[in-house]
Amino acid sequence: MLENKNELTPKDFKPKKEVKWCPGCGNHMILFAVQKALAEIGYEHETSVCISGIGCSSRFPYYMNTYGFHTIHGRAGVVASGVKIANPELSVWQFTGDGDALAIGGNHFIHEIRRNMDINIVLFNNQIYALTKGQYSPTSPKGKISVTSPFGTIERPFRIGGLVIGARGSFFARSIDNNIKLSTEVFKEAAEHDGASLVEVLQNCITFNDGAYNDLIDKEHKADRQLILHDGEPMIYGKDNDKGIILENGRLKVVKIGENGITKDDILIHNPNHGYAGLHLMLVNMGPPEYPVSFGVIRNVKMDTYANDLEAQIKDVQSKSKIKCMYDLLHSGKTWKI
Amino acid sequence: MRKKNYPIEKDDIVICFSGDSGDGMQLTGTLFSDTSVLDGNDIITFPDYPSEVRAPRGTVGGVSGFQVHIGDYKINTPGDYADIIVAMNPAALKVNTKLIKPDGIIIIDKDSFIEKNIKKAGYKKDIIKESGLENTKIIKVSATEMTKEALKNLGLDNKTVLMCRNMFALGMVCWLLNKSLDVSIDFINKKFLKKPLIAKANKIVLKAGYNYAETIEAVKPYHIKHAKLEKGTYRKIDGTIAASWGLIAASEKSGRELFLGSYPITPATGILQELAKRKDLGVKTFQAEDEIAAVCSVIGASFAGNLAVTSTSGPGLALKTEGTGLAVMAELPIVIINVQRGGPSTGLPTKTEQADLMQALYGRSGEAPLVVIAASTPSNCFNFAFEACKIALERMVPVILMLDGYLVHGSEPWKIPDMSDLPEIYPPIVKQGTENYMPYKRDKKTLVRGWAIPGTKGLEHIIGGLEKNEQGDVSYDPDNHQKMCELRAEKVKRVENYIPELKIEGDKSGDLLVVGWGGTYGHLYTSVRELREQGKSIGLAHFNYINPLPKNTEDVFSKFKKIIVCELNLGQFVDYLKSKFPKFDYRQYNKIQGLPFTVIELKNSFNKILEE
Repeated sequence: MLENKNELTPKDFKPKKEVKWCPGCGNHMILFAVQKALAEIGYEHETSVCISGIGCSSRFPYYMNTYGFHTIHGRAGVVASGVKIANPELSVWQFTGDGDALAIGGNHFIHEIRRNMDINIVLFNNQIYALTKGQYSPTSPKGKISVTSPFGTIERPFRIGGLVIGARGSFFARSIDNNIKLSTEVFKEAAEHDGASLVEVLQNCITFNDGAYNDLIDKEHKADRQLILHDGEPMIYGKDNDKGIILENGRLKVVKIGENGITKDDILIHNPNHGYAGLHLMLVNMGPPEYPVSFGVIRNVKMDTYANDLEAQIKDVQSKSKIKCMYDLLHSGKTWKI
Repeated sequence: MRKKNYPIEKDDIVICFSGDSGDGMQLTGTLFSDTSVLDGNDIITFPDYPSEVRAPRGTVGGVSGFQVHIGDYKINTPGDYADIIVAMNPAALKVNTKLIKPDGIIIIDKDSFIEKNIKKAGYKKDIIKESGLENTKIIKVSATEMTKEALKNLGLDNKTVLMCRNMFALGMVCWLLNKSLDVSIDFINKKFLKKPLIAKANKIVLKAGYNYAETIEAVKPYHIKHAKLEKGTYRKIDGTIAASWGLIAASEKSGRELFLGSYPITPATGILQELAKRKDLGVKTFQAEDEIAAVCSVIGASFAGNLAVTSTSGPGLALKTEGTGLAVMAELPIVIINVQRGGPSTGLPTKTEQADLMQALYGRSGEAPLVVIAASTPSNCFNFAFEACKIALERMVPVILMLDGYLVHGSEPWKIPDMSDLPEIYPPIVKQGTENYMPYKRDKKTLVRGWAIPGTKGLEHIIGGLEKNEQGDVSYDPDNHQKMCELRAEKVKRVENYIPELKIEGDKSGDLLVVGWGGTYGHLYTSVRELREQGKSIGLAHFNYINPLPKNTEDVFSKFKKIIVCELNLGQFVDYLKSKFPKFDYRQYNKIQGLPFTVIELKNSFNKILEE
């Protein structure tokens, strides 16, 4: 665990720049949660690097006073990979959206996860292209009416957690913009995880897709529709804390504690550290109407990271090779004198 | 053993080994080349192979060739025509029919000239007549049968036996050129260290070929004296290794770690492969998921303070377009090595061409100037890779280094440079403690911005693809955009104050100036030299620096009555020159066949103009 050595506050990561997101945009809350997480961990400004692509969420680095790079559409993950490989000492953060990461950057996204690059990826999922003013995205639900799908999309959306697990990811967490406490918590865990940490933040776009998550957040149903997972705790949720998840015949099932002889002991205990991805995949894919949506750190597994393996390989080769400098290389193999 | 055969002295000889792509011709050619350089000859090699890993056996499309020109003087081209051709099958003969000199010798493996193979190669029946080779000396050798005979007691399977057939050809050619077998035997011993039986088989066949050649009445061996090269320690090098090593040398000189982000693409892949071996020198190679990822990873590594390089070929350069624009905008030092091949699209992946010049100069959105330089010989790929890094790092600008298939595959002897003779490299790194750092504050003379590297306390800043002002803040101000576009262009232009002046080789003024750029140097130089020997008034201006151009270019052009621009494309450099110096009248010689120039065709074309 990193400790807060410097007693930083979120303000320490706030630059003097005007934030240009729409008033009421979910991004403001995510920004605050990231600043809070960095301050609580105690990161140095100079060793933190924020990389983004293109989209509303990708303006993020401008609102941090760390090193930052606002790159091009879809490519933040590879620019971030280059930074991390070049200097593994840096704490690299990538800010991206559903269009940036999953459409134009889809190829880079799966490979970044597959390589387990030690990058903290915050993916703002608002199910819409906002910066270009309201086209449907790879996470828009089927039937979504938008300016490029006036009769409803006929495309099926990605489920981000499924993609991450499919790409053999080591870390997946989900939060929602209005839950700053949960966001801060998962960002901290993401930062502490060695490897590619993907945090999907459900984010409300107030201008082009307002209310996309209303069913999840409305006060009356919120508790029945959100399952917040904690390591080592039973998967219990609901207004009266009486709903739970069990595994039955290889499938997840929602049960009510106290009904049909179900007790608290029957409820699944969450283990994000288990290498086996099957249960994690079921958890990330849960959704209405049958299931609640899962939140929190769903998967957090220890795996080799790219930059560490590369450093180790370089050290190993260097210890064995006779070639120590350019002179040695130039004079290696067959040479002759004239 | 050689007493009976006093060798005939020759100044130079061109040999072409040719066979099916599974026949091991590239190895045979390489071993013969190594033998020749270690024997003191100068050489240029020209491997020519199909893009299929294994095209159908025996077909013309599957022919793999390796041409080598060896001499007792400075050799600049692989030679227009061959003195000796080894053809392992009818298809190999067919492909190289036009390559043989009138007094040349063709050696064929007659065991493979069976009806099936003759038909596959597209001959009807009489290959000699159908090829018009009635007057050429053809030595028919039973190489397959003799290989089998030589190995009959070793208990090897037929496939393994046939794999040794190329050693028979190599042995024969070594005898013909009066070369020892030591280099080849040494190679075989090392390569098959763990397979002593295979090593033994290869050595038996090599010696069998050598001994057999001695018994042929129709041929006498040749001898080529040592070439008079400058004193020093030498090694053989090809363009791929030279370019890769130039990057490592620049990394050592600049104190910046080397990062190569690349995606495999013919004919550039060798650079990624070569640098992947160099973990001992701390080189980090990243095999990206695509060309876009390759250039973007490089941009990230550059931002983080590495000497960051990507290598590609034409179609890959097209995919890197957007990323390259970001590097121009962010003013980060990156080097893009573009190894040109026949295009457009997949084109002729294994063949050479110079048709990516306009793409390199202009192929980006917006006003996106960058530095373009080109190497001109296999060995000077080292110098220009080093130079590309030096310019990128010192000028905070992307540099495209243009190579081509001919340069990266070609090899020659190379005098190993002394590291202390290479220039120092001084990147404009901003030191910790610098007050009021502004990302786009420029050096007054060079217009270069300071490089503040993540990890440095107090210099935190953000850069990006959006237009910005001097402070680094995003700016949509119309005047600022004009100013920044002009500054970025002027910054590139001022590199002209650093690069050397354009040299004229041959006559310094006169009737005809031959102009070329990049990998065609050897052929252009040889043509001009040979015409001057005939008393013609002719000079060569060969460009390594393309953007910006050397400052004295116009001055050089004005010293000649006529100018001809020679390129392996339909006229890209000439169009560029026309836009820069419209007052001159430019002739053109363009070839776009996936092949290098020949000296003969160039001389003919120059003579025509000189005789007007």
